[in-house]
Amino acid sequence: MISSALGVWNYWVVFLLMMIGLFLVIGRQNFLKKIVGLTIFQTSVFLLYITFGKIKGGTPPILNNINETIYSNPLPHVLILTAIVVGVATTALGLSLVLRINSEYGSIEEEDISAQDLVDYHDQIETSKTVSIKFKK
Amino acid sequence: MTDIIIKNLPILVVLCPLMMSLFVVLIPNTFISWVVTLFTTLITFIFSLLLYQEVYQYSSISYALGNWIPPLGIEYVIDKVSIIPIIIITLISFLTTFFASKIMPAEINNSSISKVYSLWLLAIAGLIGLVTTGDAFNLFVFLEISSLASVALVAMGAQKDKQALVAAYNYLILGAVGATFYVIGVGLLYGITGTLNLADLSSRITEINDNKALVAGFGFMIVGIMVKAAVFPLHIWLPRAYAYAPSAVSVLLAATATKASLYILARILFSVFDISDTLITLTLTYVILPLSIIAMFAGTIMAIYEKDIKRLLAHSSIAQIGYITLAFAIGTKASVAAGFIHMFNHALIKGALFMAITSMSFYLNKRITINTLSGLGRAMPITFSCFVICSLSLAGVPLTAGFISKLYIIKASISAEGVWIALLILASSALSVIYLWKMIEAMWFHEGPKDLVIKENPTVYIALLMITFLNIYFGLDASIVVNSSFEAADQLLGVQK
Repeated sequence: MISSALGVWNYWVVFLLMMIGLFLVIGRQNFLKKIVGLTIFQTSVFLLYITFGKIKGGTPPILNNINETIYSNPLPHVLILTAIVVGVATTALGLSLVLRINSEYGSIEEEDISAQDLVDYHDQIETSKTVSIKFKK
Repeated sequence: MTDIIIKNLPILVVLCPLMMSLFVVLIPNTFISWVVTLFTTLITFIFSLLLYQEVYQYSSISYALGNWIPPLGIEYVIDKVSIIPIIIITLISFLTTFFASKIMPAEINNSSISKVYSLWLLAIAGLIGLVTTGDAFNLFVFLEISSLASVALVAMGAQKDKQALVAAYNYLILGAVGATFYVIGVGLLYGITGTLNLADLSSRITEINDNKALVAGFGFMIVGIMVKAAVFPLHIWLPRAYAYAPSAVSVLLAATATKASLYILARILFSVFDISDTLITLTLTYVILPLSIIAMFAGTIMAIYEKDIKRLLAHSSIAQIGYITLAFAIGTKASVAAGFIHMFNHALIKGALFMAITSMSFYLNKRITINTLSGLGRAMPITFSCFVICSLSLAGVPLTAGFISKLYIIKASISAEGVWIALLILASSALSVIYLWKMIEAMWFHEGPKDLVIKENPTVYIALLMITFLNIYFGLDASIVVNSSFEAADQLLGVQK
């Protein structure tokens, strides 16, 4: 039981990283740390794909004259190249948003920002109320 | 020439907006960039109509990308099911682009308008690609193209209100987590079956019984897509993103973005996996059905207590998505067809309502809350009439499109599950009248400011009139929508073993 569980240690690493990443995304209040978590989460998925694309002793899938060559599956690696590009784009967009949030709100802590937002939201509704009452008279 | 176009339609409908988005960003003039965008969306819409014709001739079109034979190469599949979301997306994007001509410059700096239109086309291309592709990983790429473009579009609202930034950030994080969940699911399924082609995947999955990794993969995929489709507990990103995006973007996203993901949800549930499988039956009855019922009520009740109108409409969208997933969850042919009918009609209704509210905020030049609505009904008769008609349509009053979809959902639910679901649907519709009446009352019966004089501009209301006309037209003669939806449901469920 234990030996079979340890035999797939690469999957344990993948799911450990996955949980760390997901926990950071959910549990942290800091917008920058959430992006760090997201990146770890995405990287764990890259490892997941690569780990089942790889066979022990496997070679790149290039035909040669030796008959009993074991090939690694190249497709997961290629898929992950695409996923890495998507991940980089997501991180870049996220970081640029964090920059803008910092310059507009002066903070990247979720608590500060939602407090400011709540004030803004009530302001919008209250100010429009006073305007319409003023006009009614 | 026409022969080549017809042959390559499945890819053209994606490539046309994708390539033009690269071109639009180079145009410095705001008006010309709008014209090019409008022209592109019109062409895409015409392509999708041609596709509709083709699909009904051949029942299903398979397009091998780069001539690599599927299942090895990437395949684009257009059948009677996927044509419905394609028509929705292209039609709404054309109408919305038409509508955006005056709205966009009012909210966004002239220097960034062509970039916004570029992102706009990119988001549309992503959504269409999401629907056309028959490859699980390609689907993920399009999912990310559309969601990254929409996030950037939502963030453009920051020129008006800084809350758009936080809305966009939350949308990005949740969207990325959802997409990553989907990739984990695809990875696990690929590990078991060794294929990424959805049709091939479906045939190989039936050969496997009792595999825990398969169940896990299914779970990851479904949860990932449910985040994108804003199914009830995973909807948190939606109200803020729709409320603080630039108004034209709200119209586009509210009417199209979740529809594509809902289609993917239906495709995974019914086509990739088998409806007769216990896994799917359990998911439908114990996960999606209860969540949809909660969504119907939670969305409506949140809308009743909401004072900001764009947020109110976004909450109401959550309830409407609840109706669609409810129809899917019942899982009979009639109910899945009803789900597709409501998908189409809801795009028309919500698009129109957002357009009406957007025109109001365009003339007043401020955010629309329940208090700013006072007197607008009398000041803007055309917009107000359209708003009332579409509200009636949302509530499901006869002679409007909303009635048809409610009718079919209720009919399907009575024949499948008995009266109790039908009663819940009726109760939720009755509740939705409360928030609709709240808005109409404020517009018509509350006295507005004395100096409120608005001259309605035809360029703003023509698109609204068109979409309202469609709301009435599909309420009077729904045969096209109903027939295509039933054909779609037949194809989605009927081919099953």
